[in-house]
Amino acid sequence: MAEQHTISCLVENHFGVLARMSGLISARGFNIASLTVSTTEDPTISRMTVVVEADAVKLEQVKNQLGRLIDVIDVQELREGQFLDRELLLARVSVNGATRAELLRIAGASGAKVADVNEQTMVIEAAGDTQHIDALIEQLKPHGIKQLVRTGRVALERT
Amino acid sequence: MAKLKGAHILIECLKREGVETAFGIPGGVNLPTFDALYQSPIKVILTVHEQGAAHMADGYARASGKVGVCLATSGPGATNLVTGIATAFMDSIPIVAITGQVRTSVIGNDAFQEVDTIGVTRPITKHSYLVKDVRDLARVVREAFYIARTGRPGPVLIDLPVDTTVAETEFVYPEQVSIRGYRVKEAQEPDPRAIERAAEAIAESTKPVIYAGAGVIHAGAAAELAELAHKTKMPVTTSLLGLGGFPETDPLSLGMLGMHGFEYTNYAVAQCDLLIGIGARFDDRVTGKPDEFARNAKKIHVDVDPSSINKTVVVDIPIVGDVKKVLQALNRLVKAPQTREWLKTLDEMRRKYPLVYREKQKVLPQYVIQQISEATKGNAVIATGVGQHQMWAAQFYQFNRPRSLITSGGLGTMGFGLPAAIGAQFGRPGEVVWDIDGDGSFQMTAQELATASHNKLPVKVAIMDNQHHGMVRQWQDLFYQGRHAQSRLNPVDFVKLAEANGCLGIRVSAKDEVRPAIDRAMQTADRPTIIDFLVEETENCWPMIAPGKPHDQMLGTYESLKDEGGTAQHRHLEPDEEAKLSLG
Repeated sequence: MAEQHTISCLVENHFGVLARMSGLISARGFNIASLTVSTTEDPTISRMTVVVEADAVKLEQVKNQLGRLIDVIDVQELREGQFLDRELLLARVSVNGATRAELLRIAGASGAKVADVNEQTMVIEAAGDTQHIDALIEQLKPHGIKQLVRTGRVALERT
Repeated sequence: MAKLKGAHILIECLKREGVETAFGIPGGVNLPTFDALYQSPIKVILTVHEQGAAHMADGYARASGKVGVCLATSGPGATNLVTGIATAFMDSIPIVAITGQVRTSVIGNDAFQEVDTIGVTRPITKHSYLVKDVRDLARVVREAFYIARTGRPGPVLIDLPVDTTVAETEFVYPEQVSIRGYRVKEAQEPDPRAIERAAEAIAESTKPVIYAGAGVIHAGAAAELAELAHKTKMPVTTSLLGLGGFPETDPLSLGMLGMHGFEYTNYAVAQCDLLIGIGARFDDRVTGKPDEFARNAKKIHVDVDPSSINKTVVVDIPIVGDVKKVLQALNRLVKAPQTREWLKTLDEMRRKYPLVYREKQKVLPQYVIQQISEATKGNAVIATGVGQHQMWAAQFYQFNRPRSLITSGGLGTMGFGLPAAIGAQFGRPGEVVWDIDGDGSFQMTAQELATASHNKLPVKVAIMDNQHHGMVRQWQDLFYQGRHAQSRLNPVDFVKLAEANGCLGIRVSAKDEVRPAIDRAMQTADRPTIIDFLVEETENCWPMIAPGKPHDQMLGTYESLKDEGGTAQHRHLEPDEEAKLSLG
């Protein structure tokens, strides 16, 4: 089973860069578990955080080959414990009079917020690292998750 | 400042890059570009097919060391370039491909002759640009040539929507190139600690082998390689694409290694205690089974591309940097190891395990290539197709100078030979250029005879006509119980084909006709010569490392063939010439 690795890249902020990056990774048959792109403090540079499933030796090669792309300014693998990571979760769960209080309790206990609510459903919004989000989802499951979206990991090196 | 149209800006940039010759075909959306070229001093060679244009740009680049340029229109013009671009990419050849594109407002609308050229070529280019704004054009062309020729060279594609070529802007040529994501390793000094470690490993070794690749040629480092070899008395083997980087007349030359390398050379690699890879990428045709490759040896790897290091074979001492700079630094530090015994062993093995071929009824392709080698004294530029004839050319032609072998190594593109030879002849106008080809390979791009003929090029084509896809047939005999699935070719009258294209055509069917035909081709300076050598149909290319086998378990060895009453030939030096050279 291939492990998950988090790669953080600084890239030029123009069209085509994402296709070059994802093309290079997918051409080797590696699955991208998550990928986020957004501009940085310098608007001409974007940061891509890619979570890839790959074995370590092959990944080293991919990192080198990513570094070879002209539009890629920097490539770093973020190793366990050396980075801060967060994802954002939006989960729409079923709700009724009987479960409302319990859902609010779960949300409150994990630092989540209620982003939207109506008669049948409630949208819970949470930010946290992957384990935190995974744990919250487990707690919500018994109540019936109707829709779920998570942003994928964004990460910064610890200093 | 006066404004210029995009097409004219392109021409101004090409002139500043020193482009004198380009290859291509006009079409709908690149008409403005061709119109501007028509009015410029740049010579544009019309090819028959865009694939020919790409291979010609490639052959031109390999032969001259300059960046080759090819042009095609959008859609099918661009897709026809693809094989040529991929060929250049695999062998790290600097070409710039300039494609037309439909106007920006209709990109993505399935317009006539529209294809996502950037998307199609993304994995086979070093970089590519879609120029939607004419104000970016000068910078893009400047960067494209810079990226193509620096670092590990490679093809760069510029996709030019037609509206970009007719839009006007002020022309400002960017004198400086600054690309923050592209730091060229050749500009950096190699790590001195790695150089020291390499020098120590060399001093401690007793059975070293230098394994040199095309990187030596790309970096212009043949002299530095020769200095290292002579200073340390270390023998040098080369990859297919490294041939010519070290003269094969040198007594330290081991010739080519790998799948169809020399038997003794592969034994040398199997037995060495230090392997020094220089500008070579440990290709699978070289290594065979990667974990058995030079299994007892400590390994040093010098390469300008960090992603080449530890890719297939794990090395002990990686050195990232420009091959020339690394060799200069190493030459300052290195001390000669004790290699006298080793060289003696190698020389014994060389004599003991020569190449073998057996005289048969028909002309043998090995003999033809040897005769071309002799007739040209190893000083011709040799292009090839892909297959048996390519391997025989590598074995039986004696390559002594850089940029003398123009062959598709990585992609193995059949049909490369003729257009590459044409490009090479444009790149080296005064020199003798041969295309040693197979009948299968040749037919894939034979239409470019018209290009050669129209330009009165004295290119010489030697077709090893065995009426088979010979290497396929060999593998079918070896691994598929002789079932010749689609490997037999229909006979073609190549002499008529030559004549139809205004070339001199000669057919050779007997041994004593070989040399006169070659000599006649050498004397024909006003048009191409095509020689159809009707060669033995089922000759095999030996020796051979079967896929996945180590270097000391070859097929078709001298021992296995010598009792069949054949004659043994070796393309190395005659004994009296050898006596003049001392072996350390």
